[in-house]
Amino acid sequence: MNHDAYPDNYIRGILNNVKSIAMVGASPANVRPSYFAFKYLAQRGYDMIPVNPGHVGKELLGKPFVASLSDIGRPVDMIDIFRNSSHIMPVVEEALTLDPLPMVIWMQLGARDDAEALKAESVGIKVVMNRCPKIEYGRLSSEISWMGVNSRTLSSKRAPVPTQGMRLCLNRMSVGGGETAASDRAAKNKTEQS
Amino acid sequence: MSDRLPGFSTLAVHAGAQPDPTTGARATPIYQTTSFVFNDADHAASLFGLQAFGNIYTRIGNPTNAVLEERVAALEGGTAALAVASGHAAQVVVLQQLLQPGDEFIAARKLYGGSINQFTHAFKSFGWNVVWADPDDIASFERAVTPRTKAIFIESIANPAGSITDIEAISTVARKAGVPLIVDNTLASPYLIRPIDHGADIVVHSLTKFLGGHGNSIGGIIVDAGTFDWSTGGKYPMLSEPRPEYHGIRLQETFGNFAFAIACRVLGLRDLGPALSPFNAFMILTGIETLPLRMQKHCDNAKAVAEFLAGHPAVAAVNYAGLASDPYHRLARKYAPKGAGAVFTFSLKGGYDAGVSLVSKLQLFSHLANVGDTRSLVIHPASTTHSQLDDAAKVKSGAGPDVVRLSIGIEDKEDLIADLEQALSA
Repeated sequence: MNHDAYPDNYIRGILNNVKSIAMVGASPANVRPSYFAFKYLAQRGYDMIPVNPGHVGKELLGKPFVASLSDIGRPVDMIDIFRNSSHIMPVVEEALTLDPLPMVIWMQLGARDDAEALKAESVGIKVVMNRCPKIEYGRLSSEISWMGVNSRTLSSKRAPVPTQGMRLCLNRMSVGGGETAASDRAAKNKTEQS
Repeated sequence: MSDRLPGFSTLAVHAGAQPDPTTGARATPIYQTTSFVFNDADHAASLFGLQAFGNIYTRIGNPTNAVLEERVAALEGGTAALAVASGHAAQVVVLQQLLQPGDEFIAARKLYGGSINQFTHAFKSFGWNVVWADPDDIASFERAVTPRTKAIFIESIANPAGSITDIEAISTVARKAGVPLIVDNTLASPYLIRPIDHGADIVVHSLTKFLGGHGNSIGGIIVDAGTFDWSTGGKYPMLSEPRPEYHGIRLQETFGNFAFAIACRVLGLRDLGPALSPFNAFMILTGIETLPLRMQKHCDNAKAVAEFLAGHPAVAAVNYAGLASDPYHRLARKYAPKGAGAVFTFSLKGGYDAGVSLVSKLQLFSHLANVGDTRSLVIHPASTTHSQLDDAAKVKSGAGPDVVRLSIGIEDKEDLIADLEQALSA
């Protein structure tokens, strides 16, 4: 997979297919991005599992924190890593010991570890890096258009009024990655420099 | 669902717009409301904390305006956009995110006179110091860079003479200096030039001109290319540092490649207040649907009129980059192959008096201070749009006393030429 510019179909396929998401680094502080991404994905119907060893014994929106991926005790479809690039490695290593393996490992906006991505992909896990699933879900469903964001999708169908727990249709006509190619190129240049 | 790239005209009609969720209305409704009800206290808190997508208050965002924003972002190839009350408001909001008092920005000397004035006087009072450079001399931009430089500002097609700016060359200077390149793309519109494709990091527009296109609504817009890394060196604290207004959120960390557009909305528009009326957004959106058709006609007419003027014995010179003899023709072919725009200047052998006489005799051309209308327009910049400049600055910006500016409309070109002919010969 080219991790500089993902085709919409790749992201769409992931968000349409996964049901459970373990969020590593989920924070109970309601002003942290991990908190509101967790909350949004839960509102859109995903089965969310907060993973953070510092908060075991507490709950996040009614879901009990677990200390590590191995403590989840049931299969999980996707692991969303809310940690800096320098903390990705041990999480992926642990994910690779799970049985069954997760379908997807997702690293948050700003986080990228190409070596670990390659390792995960070599055992058939799909990897997304430097993206936010909340933003991508909002974009593909066009919900994010309320903030003036270019969703890069079109639709002539009547939009639903989103309600609590509702999964939105992500199958709008895609404008491809091309319309924001400049941004993708800039991200690629940055990766190459660092 | 296959990923494919719709063409410009398809985006001009469809991007950002979808049948209304509640009524099924196909045209974008005018959400003429100040405020939006919350589902509950938690929803309200999430929206105010920038944690959820949704509407709060029309000064911060409005569903009609949001369609306009996504449409222009799509046409320009940006990640997001923010509509504001005018092109001037767009410039204030952009620079507020980038400059602290005492900082500098470099601006091309050839700009709309109102921008020159805004930069020279209003921004000076904020402690934002403009440093002028010559768009025809790229090295002058390099020489102007100092440790306090925070941005470079140019027009793609420059007012008033329609000269073409070498965007790529100046973007190289900006990249080397580690500052964003802001391009005012008003006179080109994304139909003719997409500055982001040539290295712009931020695009601004007066929507009042070709995008709205009908001379009926004032508006402005800011497009975020998503190309600039705001986190390096703490140079842009509005984007890279925790924001006390929003519980310590760092905008770049939270919003990634559209953080600049969000900063403009939640730190600029929200606090400075230049919101666009949803009614104006609707009018401008309707205009944008025909942008490709209009813009081509504007350009074709402009070329015909410029050629006519160039061959007229009373005319001393025509400045139109669409003419093969024009010094900007090479740049026009590179940046604007579909046409060199529809705003240009010419001078008359009879000087200032002949210009005044011409303007008074024209029957179809309207004498007013605007460009980018369906109607053809004429003005004498030295006494109007550029009147706040001193004489030397007028000449440097292409608005000398003998210069007349035209904005060519979408009438029949034969009628425009006939009108000019009678006014010149009388």
